[in-house]
Amino acid sequence: MFADIFINPWVDMVEAPDFLMQVLWEGLVSGILYALIALGFVLIFRSSRIFNFAQGIMVVFAALTLVGLFAMGIPAWISVGLTLVVMFVLAVTIERVVLRPLVGQPDIILFMATIGITLFLIGFGETIFGGENKVMITEELGIPTGDTVLEPFGGLLILQHLDITVVVVATLLVLALLAFLNYTQMGRAIRALGDDHQAALSVGISLQTIWVLVWFIAGIIALVTGIAWGARAGVSFALEVIAYKALPVLMLGGLESITGAIVGGLMIGILEKLFEIYWGQPLLGGNTETWFAFVLALIVLLFRPQGLFGERIIERV
Amino acid sequence: MLYRTAGQFKTSYVADQALFPVRQDAFLLGILLVFGWVIFPLTASEFTFQTLLIPILIYALAAMGLNILTGFAGQLSLGTGAFMGVGAYACYKMVTIFPELNPIVAILLSGFFSAGIGVVFGIPSLRIKGFYLAIATLAAQFFLVWLFEKWAWLYNYNASGAIQVPNLEMFGIFVSGPQAASVTEYYIVLFVVTLLTILCINLTRGNLGRTWKATRDMDIAAELIGINLMKSKLTAFAISSYIVGVAGALYVFMWKGAAEPNVFDIPLSFQVLFIAIIGGLGSIMGNYLGAILIVGLPVVLNVIAGTQVFQMSALSAFILIALVAAIGFLSWVARSGWAIGAVIGFAVLTLIYGYAQTQGFRIDSALIEHINVMIIGGLIIFFLIIEPHGLNQLWRLIREKLIIWPFPH
Repeated sequence: MFADIFINPWVDMVEAPDFLMQVLWEGLVSGILYALIALGFVLIFRSSRIFNFAQGIMVVFAALTLVGLFAMGIPAWISVGLTLVVMFVLAVTIERVVLRPLVGQPDIILFMATIGITLFLIGFGETIFGGENKVMITEELGIPTGDTVLEPFGGLLILQHLDITVVVVATLLVLALLAFLNYTQMGRAIRALGDDHQAALSVGISLQTIWVLVWFIAGIIALVTGIAWGARAGVSFALEVIAYKALPVLMLGGLESITGAIVGGLMIGILEKLFEIYWGQPLLGGNTETWFAFVLALIVLLFRPQGLFGERIIERV
Repeated sequence: MLYRTAGQFKTSYVADQALFPVRQDAFLLGILLVFGWVIFPLTASEFTFQTLLIPILIYALAAMGLNILTGFAGQLSLGTGAFMGVGAYACYKMVTIFPELNPIVAILLSGFFSAGIGVVFGIPSLRIKGFYLAIATLAAQFFLVWLFEKWAWLYNYNASGAIQVPNLEMFGIFVSGPQAASVTEYYIVLFVVTLLTILCINLTRGNLGRTWKATRDMDIAAELIGINLMKSKLTAFAISSYIVGVAGALYVFMWKGAAEPNVFDIPLSFQVLFIAIIGGLGSIMGNYLGAILIVGLPVVLNVIAGTQVFQMSALSAFILIALVAAIGFLSWVARSGWAIGAVIGFAVLTLIYGYAQTQGFRIDSALIEHINVMIIGGLIIFFLIIEPHGLNQLWRLIREKLIIWPFPH
């Protein structure tokens, strides 16, 4: 038992370095997607203190819209454009109908409202697109589908082209977002709101514009993640679950931190894969990915209650 | 007028500390109890028992458990579903290991298991606060559901992986399992729920309840005035999980009859959280109101949508609502608030529906299901906007108005 837990996994890793690399690679791919979703959360949380539970369903909704539009005979790339329009309309609607009347309410009420949005979008999506599983239009979007086989250490390492594309696109998107946040006026306004609401408002930053903007950015992120995960697992409402995966990432990295979202995402993606392959499957019957990230984040939180990169919590009476 | 308390003097401490010091409240409650204990069981059909009465009571109980934790002690939890599962599995193991155990005793005992697990997952709350804690409770949610799936001992190594409720007897009457009558199940649920509600009312207005409220309002300040935060938070977790666990046991034994692990997955947690929030955090009665709305509404919608009248009148209603929508849209552009926005949302849906009607389309049950989900999501947002403090607060306002009615001031 002791050996099973503390020795054998490491021995396995050293003995089959190619397999280890395969595991790390797959962890990296999902990690970067977690980071991307978590980034959507962080942007909304920083600028409005809203814990946006609807991020997951936005992923599904964006993917369904894309597939649905394509099924209506619209060319793939135009469908992408139209989906972005839909996500923008969604952002405006959410800001108008839900968020604006709830300004100033306690955090938990806003959180519940986003769960309300989630339910509404689930029902809406199922009514319009139907609940069945759909196939993502991978080829039509020009995403390569083959794979490259490398042979490091005399073993096998299979890199799906799809995964490579995902990593490249997600990395570019993260970099673009960082550049946007750091070097544009709008981006600085978002960060200003995150630092101090009232100060930001007093220098003339429009809360409403920023809210629409961050929800739209979250929509773009949702579309990219939707395409990426949809291409791997099909488009269905089960995709919503990946948003839950972004939650421990947020805990680990800290709710306010952009760096935290990225580092936390990669960490959780890789560690949960390693744990699943080397400990979960042989010892615990597998499928540990559903909870490992949460437990890991919980343990980290016990030592750092604000997450690895979160703002230090100062409490006063 | 109707709720006037003038003339109701309290001349002793006992009278001052009565559960319902206002005579009208006690009277209303009496009427409700008569309905619950006598009239409903005599008149309800099998369908009403199974889709309305029993689930509403069970969900109200679960929401009450959550409300103790979130509404009174201020610790947001998203793991309710899993704790219900712990109660259900504990009860299942108990009745299969000790078949001669009285079912009600088994159900009440099963809460202690979830209370224990609740305390374990409550320990992080001493350091972690707010949303961080909410996500931390998700760890309990996902881990426990995973455990229900993987630990075969829990479901007695069934091939199906689900727990099946056996036929259980009490004084020669079947009280659970396929052979039990709905009335018997209803009475048992009602008995347990009544018992725990009385317990909750008294707990929350006693010393413990005040400690919880102080912790909720500001835990550091509470600590400074000498409240032991660890005791306060952990008792809240324990009692809340106990009630939730009992609700879980009732959920499987008195209502569903069988359960797979994924029944206790996160949608159940959210459903209970909705009930607690829509009903009103920090209230006991709100849980019942919330449960009636969240559990009862879909059933009512289904029944209405299934009738012929609805199908025929839908078209005319659609034209009417489309008109309202047009007006609504214009005023929305003129920025006159959320209500109009809500009307638009509704109208757009009706437009779609009306169009489908003209195409000779009839709604099937799957679609009703989807529309229900959508309506419930919309309603949650709607209620949060009109009254963030829940249905309980609405009732309180009505009561205030009734005190001076029919005079305006």
